[in-house]
Amino acid sequence: MKFLFKYLKCFLKRITGVMGIKLLGTALELMIPFVMEHLIDHVVPQNSFSHVLLWGGIMIALAVAVRFLNVTANRMSVLTAKEAAYAIRRDLFSAALRLSGSQMDRVGLPSLISRMTSDSYNVQSFIQSMQTMGIRAPIMLVGGIAVTLAMDAGLALILCIMAPVMIALVVFISMKGIPLYDRVQAGMDDLVRIMRENITGVRVVKALSREGHEKSRFAAANGEQMRRDIRAGVTMAMPGPIVTLFLNVGLALVVFVGARRVNSGQTEPGVILAFLTYFNMILMGVMGLNRIFMMLSKANASAKRIAGVVDLKEELTPVPEELCPAPPDDGFIVFDDVSFSYDADAESRGGGEGFLGSARQKCLEHISFSVPRGGTLGIIGATGSGKTSIINLLMRFYDPQEGRVFVGGRDVRTYQLDALRSQFGAVFQNDVIFADSILENVSFGRDVDENGVSDALDHAMAGEFVSGYDDGLMHRAAIHGANFSGGQKQRLLIARALAANPSILVLDDSSSALDYRTDAALRRAIREHHSGATSVVIAQRVSSIMSLDRIMVLDEGRMIGFGSHEELLASCPAYREIHETQMGDL
Amino acid sequence: MAARDSIMHKPKDSKGALRRMLRFLGPYLWLLVLVALLCIGSNLLSLLGPNLAGSAINEAAAGPGKVNFERVGYYALRMLICYAASSLLTVCIHVVMMNVSKRAAKQMRRAVFEKLMRLPVSYFDRSQAGDIISRVSYDIDVISTCMATDVTAILTSVVTVVGSVVMMVTISLPLSAVVLFSVPASILYTSWMRKRTQPRFVKRSKNYGVMNGFVEEMLSGQKTIQAYAYEKRVAQRFDAINHNAAEAYYDADRYGVTIGPTMGTINNITLSLIALFGSLLFMGGRIQLGSISSFVLYSRKFSGPINEIANIINELFSALAASERVFELLDADEEPADAEGALELSDVRGDVKMEHVSFGYEKSRTIIHDLSMHAEQGKLIAIVGPTGAGKTTIINLLMRFYDAQGGVIRVDGHDICACTRESLRKAYAMVLQDTWVFRGTIFENIAYGRDGATREEVAAAAKAAHIHPFIMRLPRGYDTVVSEDGGNISKGQKQLLTIARAMLYDARMLILDEATSNVDTSTEREIQHAMRSLMQGKTCFVIAHRLSTVKNADHILVLDHGDVVEQGTHSSLMQAKGAYYKLYRSQFE
Repeated sequence: MKFLFKYLKCFLKRITGVMGIKLLGTALELMIPFVMEHLIDHVVPQNSFSHVLLWGGIMIALAVAVRFLNVTANRMSVLTAKEAAYAIRRDLFSAALRLSGSQMDRVGLPSLISRMTSDSYNVQSFIQSMQTMGIRAPIMLVGGIAVTLAMDAGLALILCIMAPVMIALVVFISMKGIPLYDRVQAGMDDLVRIMRENITGVRVVKALSREGHEKSRFAAANGEQMRRDIRAGVTMAMPGPIVTLFLNVGLALVVFVGARRVNSGQTEPGVILAFLTYFNMILMGVMGLNRIFMMLSKANASAKRIAGVVDLKEELTPVPEELCPAPPDDGFIVFDDVSFSYDADAESRGGGEGFLGSARQKCLEHISFSVPRGGTLGIIGATGSGKTSIINLLMRFYDPQEGRVFVGGRDVRTYQLDALRSQFGAVFQNDVIFADSILENVSFGRDVDENGVSDALDHAMAGEFVSGYDDGLMHRAAIHGANFSGGQKQRLLIARALAANPSILVLDDSSSALDYRTDAALRRAIREHHSGATSVVIAQRVSSIMSLDRIMVLDEGRMIGFGSHEELLASCPAYREIHETQMGDL
Repeated sequence: MAARDSIMHKPKDSKGALRRMLRFLGPYLWLLVLVALLCIGSNLLSLLGPNLAGSAINEAAAGPGKVNFERVGYYALRMLICYAASSLLTVCIHVVMMNVSKRAAKQMRRAVFEKLMRLPVSYFDRSQAGDIISRVSYDIDVISTCMATDVTAILTSVVTVVGSVVMMVTISLPLSAVVLFSVPASILYTSWMRKRTQPRFVKRSKNYGVMNGFVEEMLSGQKTIQAYAYEKRVAQRFDAINHNAAEAYYDADRYGVTIGPTMGTINNITLSLIALFGSLLFMGGRIQLGSISSFVLYSRKFSGPINEIANIINELFSALAASERVFELLDADEEPADAEGALELSDVRGDVKMEHVSFGYEKSRTIIHDLSMHAEQGKLIAIVGPTGAGKTTIINLLMRFYDAQGGVIRVDGHDICACTRESLRKAYAMVLQDTWVFRGTIFENIAYGRDGATREEVAAAAKAAHIHPFIMRLPRGYDTVVSEDGGNISKGQKQLLTIARAMLYDARMLILDEATSNVDTSTEREIQHAMRSLMQGKTCFVIAHRLSTVKNADHILVLDHGDVVEQGTHSSLMQAKGAYYKLYRSQFE
């Protein structure tokens, strides 16, 4: 809530205004039955036609005024909600964009997206309805009781006893219901899991003719889900009838006690009549309070989740150069005894898709190597052996726990992040094509003209299929490049990496969807046109990297081989084995 | 928000959908009749309340010292009983309706799942898993919520409106005219407002959709955006989208928030008019004071359902739209039933013949034109070709996940189309590339293909698949639970598990996808050994990725662009210097 207050501070005047107007509006609304009581008890007996008309007119005037006030206040609160939500989403989105790799791991992508969407909507509708209902419901309740007290304290006492009991009951039931709904949600997750298993495994299920078995597995979960659903539903349906019952019991009491008081001259029949109306108001007040209570707990959770991202401190800020020692040699890319593991905290939680292409469990242990300017490095090894981690450290998405990483003779931590990364052209594992033109996807906000883009596409073996489109470079990609094949996507991504003639080219498993022929042609083109670039290539296929100057073999975070293809064939048994299983006889 | 968003998809055939939806309620017909009776009872009882209150007040209106307490007490007690009984009946209605609607939802989920079991593989190849799942989770939920609340709401509304009108008319005809005047006012107002607000809310949902899509896209590419220092551009674009969404929200909701107060005002004006005309009638001696109070209560009861009608109709429409999506799935074409008197394959030797087979996933686009091949018992058939060449097509045909359009496939001389699917599929063991494990123990996962497999048999299969030692190292051994995507065991071990499953299954024919599984070298070696021993003595169809397998194969099928372009042995194909030769050479470039 403190977080929300920060955003609402600048609207304090308007919010106060809304509350004032709402207060006035609700007060006027409460007066309507009061006027009615006066009309019936005091005006009618005067038998004056014009007086009756006057008081009737006052009632109508009040009703119209109430509408005007409520509409004005509601609209002002929508305005506030709009502006506050806009600011919250703006800040949340830019915070999300600058999250470091380990922060992203901790939050998780699906969670980040839901914070950006459903949580921000929750907060927005809370800001709106808190202003429109937050005043009205308590005033209906308190005001209703106050007016009845003023009219006849004796009768009102019945209400005063009943209201707190009702509120307590309703809140109690709602509190009970929320965990029941959590269980319904968990049950639904079970059902969805079984369905998903059956959809992805349809060939296996059919091949083994296990349909009957799967049906009974689903039926068990389905029945359990139904029982949970009924329990939650019945529980949450209770507050309505219970509150109504209480109120109506109160009504009966009011009528009975009221009659006694009329008899003894303490009150008038019109009062009883007005009470009946106020009872309805109080009923709405109680139900309104219940809704506010539910909304508050929901919005509070959402606000906390949003604040959890916005309030994260910026990581990976530049370190002064004096604090960083010089590199051990004059290589362009140098790793000096680097050890690294991903955030232990994120590992234990394990849920969700983390930072693009990062395997969490494995780490790097004492990695040292050096690549000269213009040199080429291939990295090979099993999944989880730490190949991508090398890239993550090189481009400073993470900082290593031990050792240092140098690019161009400077510790990567001394660069401004943009200055460091602008030297790179990179394709990551499962990299993304955005819903935009091919031109924009390749130039990607950098100073590259159409010719540059065309050249890059040609070098990436994408020129041919792109020129096949009527609108050529302006052809639009769908979200996640869904209108391209896997191979086409990879070639567009490589074109993006090549487009700005980077001094370092990083290709992380970026040609896996290409057939051997295209892959070979691509390698040739890069050799010819981008020979000045220092390249780092991660691959699963030996053929993709065996022509590079140096090859690193990784196994569970350790470097078990480093050298040229021939050297490794001679010295590294693991490399030899990979080579043999892929290229030749066993 | 959900109700508002649903405005966007109106059902196409409301009547048909409604009829089929009601069919799911069929078994509960008597319960529904009971609910209707309870509803009428509960509402009539609560309608009596104001009348009794009015009578009591009339007694009280006699003035100080003249009140007949016996009468007042009589009415008050009656009132109490009526209200209490009404509340009790309401509780009963909720309990019954919850049971009916959730049971119907369960039946629907069951119908959908059993339908899924009968659908052909092609359905799943065509549809997105997320879409199918959302029909079971979201759509059926919408339907059952509508059943639970709207059925009672409609019944209650009808009883209350009719009852109130009757009561009001009996109390005072002239006063009723006042109320009946305010009803059209509120109906006209709501429908007028709906016309004005609906396009605005549609626009709002659309803008939110655009924003959600953008956020999802950009955040999943966050690393790339950072790598290319693209953040400012993205932030600028988001700003415009965020701005549009905020404006659309404001535009829609500033209309939306006027509805509540306006309805309130119409009610308040009605109340004022009743008071005004009631007083005039009272002065003319045409009505009693208590009657005015009863009348006020009835008019309040009456306005409730009228205000609700718009909401209920909205929900009803969204439930119908949801049910159409469910029925669409229930109407999908099923795997055709086995032919009459289809043969049960038994004691299969494993002699497979394809004779002039042609096939296309779409009828108009044939990809396999004329394929003939003979796999003798115990032979190894390698299927090779670049990614996307259609290697799984052959497997789809062999196991009848799809049926060939022309030609015949024979197992031991029997046309497989004349055999039962179950017996045909049972004749194959299968290890696929995307290894499938489900949430359950390791034991259950290995024993999946065979009912009643013993611990010993499972352990023997695991030993043959070289995974027994690994399993024994797990804290709970064979009782360790693996999760849906097998996240807690590695990819290589998952593959070994599925090999063990196939070992235990022990069929005469084997389908194997040996995609290089990108695992560490020692696991890789074990997988190869396990596959070797699995292949022992079986007729094997292998989607080959290892040259050693290809070279040792008795027969090689070379695929490109879906069709079989060459077949033969390694040496004959190398001599032919065709597609196979090129594929082979390109690896060494």
